[in-house]
Amino acid sequence: MGSELKIINGRVYDPINDIDGEIRDVCIRDGKIVESVADDAKVIDAAGKVVMPGGVDMHCHIAGHKVNLARKFQPEDHRHDVQPRVGALRSGTGGTVPSTFTTGYRYATLGYTTAMEAAVPPMGARHTLEELHDTPVVDKGFYLLLANNVCLNQLLEQGRHAEFRDAVAWWLNKSKAYAIKLVNPGGDEPWKGRKNSNVHDLDQPISGFDLTPRKIIKALIDVSNDLGLPHPAHIHCNNLGHSGNYATTLETMKTADGRRAHITHIQFHSYGGEVGKNPTSAARQIVDYINEHPNISADVGQVMFGKATIMTADAPLTWLLRNMSKDKWINADTECESGCGIIPFSYQEHVYTHAIQWAIGLELFLLSKDPWRMVLSTDHPNGGSFENYPRLIRLLMDKPFRDEQAKRANPKAIANTSLLDIDREFTMREIVIVTRAGPARLLGLENKGHLGVGADADITIYDEMEDKEAMFNAARYVIKGGELFIDNHEFRFDHEGSVYHVSPSYNPEIERVLKPFFEDYYSVQFENYPVSDHYIARGVTVPTGQSQP
Amino acid sequence: MSEAKTIHNAVCTFCGCVCDDIELVVAPEGKSITRAGNACELGRAWFLEHRIEDYPVALVDGKEAGLEEAVDAAARILVEARFPAVYGLSDTTCEAQKEAVAIADFVNGNIDTTTSVCHGPSGMAFQGTGESTASLGEIKNRADFILYWGGNPVEAHPRHFERYSAKAKAAYLPGGRADRTIAMVDVRKTRSASEADIFLQVRPGSDFEVLWALRALVRGKYVDDSIEARTGISLETLQDLVERMKNCQFGVIFFGMGLSMTRGRHFNVSALLALATDLNAFTHFVANPVRGHGNVTGADNVVSWQTGYPFGVNFNRGYPRFNPGEFTTVDVLARGDADALLVIASDPAANFPRRAIEHLKTIPVITLDPKPTRTSQLARVAFTVAAYGINVPGTVYRMDNVALPLRPAFDSPYPCDEEILRAIKERVCELKGIGRREVA
Repeated sequence: MGSELKIINGRVYDPINDIDGEIRDVCIRDGKIVESVADDAKVIDAAGKVVMPGGVDMHCHIAGHKVNLARKFQPEDHRHDVQPRVGALRSGTGGTVPSTFTTGYRYATLGYTTAMEAAVPPMGARHTLEELHDTPVVDKGFYLLLANNVCLNQLLEQGRHAEFRDAVAWWLNKSKAYAIKLVNPGGDEPWKGRKNSNVHDLDQPISGFDLTPRKIIKALIDVSNDLGLPHPAHIHCNNLGHSGNYATTLETMKTADGRRAHITHIQFHSYGGEVGKNPTSAARQIVDYINEHPNISADVGQVMFGKATIMTADAPLTWLLRNMSKDKWINADTECESGCGIIPFSYQEHVYTHAIQWAIGLELFLLSKDPWRMVLSTDHPNGGSFENYPRLIRLLMDKPFRDEQAKRANPKAIANTSLLDIDREFTMREIVIVTRAGPARLLGLENKGHLGVGADADITIYDEMEDKEAMFNAARYVIKGGELFIDNHEFRFDHEGSVYHVSPSYNPEIERVLKPFFEDYYSVQFENYPVSDHYIARGVTVPTGQSQP
Repeated sequence: MSEAKTIHNAVCTFCGCVCDDIELVVAPEGKSITRAGNACELGRAWFLEHRIEDYPVALVDGKEAGLEEAVDAAARILVEARFPAVYGLSDTTCEAQKEAVAIADFVNGNIDTTTSVCHGPSGMAFQGTGESTASLGEIKNRADFILYWGGNPVEAHPRHFERYSAKAKAAYLPGGRADRTIAMVDVRKTRSASEADIFLQVRPGSDFEVLWALRALVRGKYVDDSIEARTGISLETLQDLVERMKNCQFGVIFFGMGLSMTRGRHFNVSALLALATDLNAFTHFVANPVRGHGNVTGADNVVSWQTGYPFGVNFNRGYPRFNPGEFTTVDVLARGDADALLVIASDPAANFPRRAIEHLKTIPVITLDPKPTRTSQLARVAFTVAAYGINVPGTVYRMDNVALPLRPAFDSPYPCDEEILRAIKERVCELKGIGRREVA
């Protein structure tokens, strides 16, 4: 296989470079997009096809301890959905938590070439990297859970801000993470240490600390910006899933105080109504705030009807859900760092709550004025598998289809939203923004999400079809790093994918603070805790340092 | 090498505790360890007794062979077999385990680990019931109530008390042992039991009944006092235990093979996991299996992430299927299904049931082990390998799923499991015409 490739006659969508459905050529050399290639370069004729950058999933759960627990937890979910071996491409199993190889192949089949694991406690970093290594094709990275870190909380409550910042930078380095993740800030201490209780208000003191969730949120938003991380603090707000939680979400966004912050799976945080009663839609309030505040971005966390797996560092939430379903439940605490809960789940059209969750997610997409800051996710596999993305795209692009689906769902729930009144249909350009260009930009991945000269040659080519679900279900060609992974719907070439991580600088003296803490609190030796380079076969260190306003 | 070398924070893989604070002093000649600071008696024996002995690197049909010849012979056995089985894996690195799963995938074989003969039932119970669990440091930090069920940590996991549980001093429990209540359930009074505050000696084979009665009491249901005649434990004792469990701040039940491999097996473990889950209505409560081999937990993890299932996995149809009892190695041997066996770091010929061993003797066997074993003596191809953790770096998972890096003390003249398995995999691919990067 030559390293030069030319895609001709395709309808190209590349919003970052203002190309909106023009017929033009795309040239590739040595894994990058270039101006031109030699005349004898291999040619792909994309006539009648749509050419766009590879998809970027900025929030999914695909690797690490919690994912692997969920994976081995549900043989019933794998059995009906097998992935046979094709030549050297490994076999595996699917379902809502596929095996690692299958995860990579199936993302690629949909045209996705980057996927970020969204929640890893630092102690689980080594395990996560081992799994990411076995997740082929896609480029990847992970976000580091720091909002329930006992050591960081102690530094924060003592007002040791410089050391807090150095400790955060140390942790990002030593675990080879990409961004800072907050989950239910401050909720672990009451959960683990105070008989399974939780925090519910941003200004409520956290038992065991002279701290509130708001102080933790503010500190981690600030440190993400101060360190100049490519992606800002990635926040799973308090009170996920509770009626009336939109107020907490608004407060969280206000806490950013104009600085950049990303609110994840915001659908789960956009509920009106009273605690303990049925939720109503607060999509309008949430979208209005985000439309007005360019420092805030979000991914939706759309719910899709059918099988899902709830897996989250928000353990108290899963205990609540478990007590409704009485189904099997996993709780897994990580010392000093995180909690975790897992339950099998199914979103059902006739259930009021599930139907309104589905409708609220769509409202968020459709009411948002800026698709660059309200991007697509299902919080795979929490709102449903990533394999639902084609259907979700059709829901956004096809009003008659959307209304027909809405009519099959709980009518009371749908009537409590504005969904049927919204006529908007996403254009192809907008789809490319919410699935590619937007997430790439929010992640600060300058070479992804577009097809300009110098970009990574991660490209998807779909047949142009009226039924957008069918169209996005299987790319005809997928080019990863300049090589054809899928050629005319067939796997051709294996590809490993790179791990993206950051390495902000810090004062090494911080280890004098951290080591004694480890000796008191941890069960592993301080020296054995950092993850060595050996766990990253192909790595990309994304630069940091430009402190953000 | 002339001076003694010290390895700090070395990781001991003798048991599932995977203590990572061992101070190893390597003899000046660089071929043995003279001191293993912080290690328990089992760990000391593991490190200090390790010698590089003069075995051939490989034997094929009992004759010394070169590595390449032996790799070729092994690959041919696997490719020619209709039902090749891969087994063992709990005493090797994750890096080697990955290669073993790949081989099973490429030869459409069977893969299974020693989990199927220890905590396999726990894995099945986990799939049915779920599990509330915690990393060992969380237990060390917070658990003021600790119950051991069907295990003898003092003798089998000698540092478990001191590092992770009963005797550990911790930030939230500065008094260590004095701040904790220790209970023990077993069929006999072991050395561990004599260190407990409360000891319940259950009648052998009645664990399930005791657990079910505890669940009923936790939920406020009626339990008849005939429970004592059935189990040997009085209703009053059970009620007292339940009150203690409900009223602690953070409770844990550690369970061993005394529960998973006795009458009731996965039903026992399911009952125990359900009990721990139920208790979360009152307080924070977790349950953890106490695993034996140094990296059996890594084997569960690797097989799970690569196939979706933890053990007992079969690729005969070109994709993974899971069925304990069908694809577990004892069963594929005893039924006579397997027609070749690749064994890594295990000795089934010494500890499998008789029918399984009889079949094993009739099929070509390949072994990888640092020392001769009963199985290697029966093998068509036997590799001598370097010992993981002593000579070989890599990754292992502690019994609570925490991954740790090995810090080997000195080099071995023998290759490691990973190298040999990768070579076999590559030879298998050559023989089967599977391109390494090109797919079609």
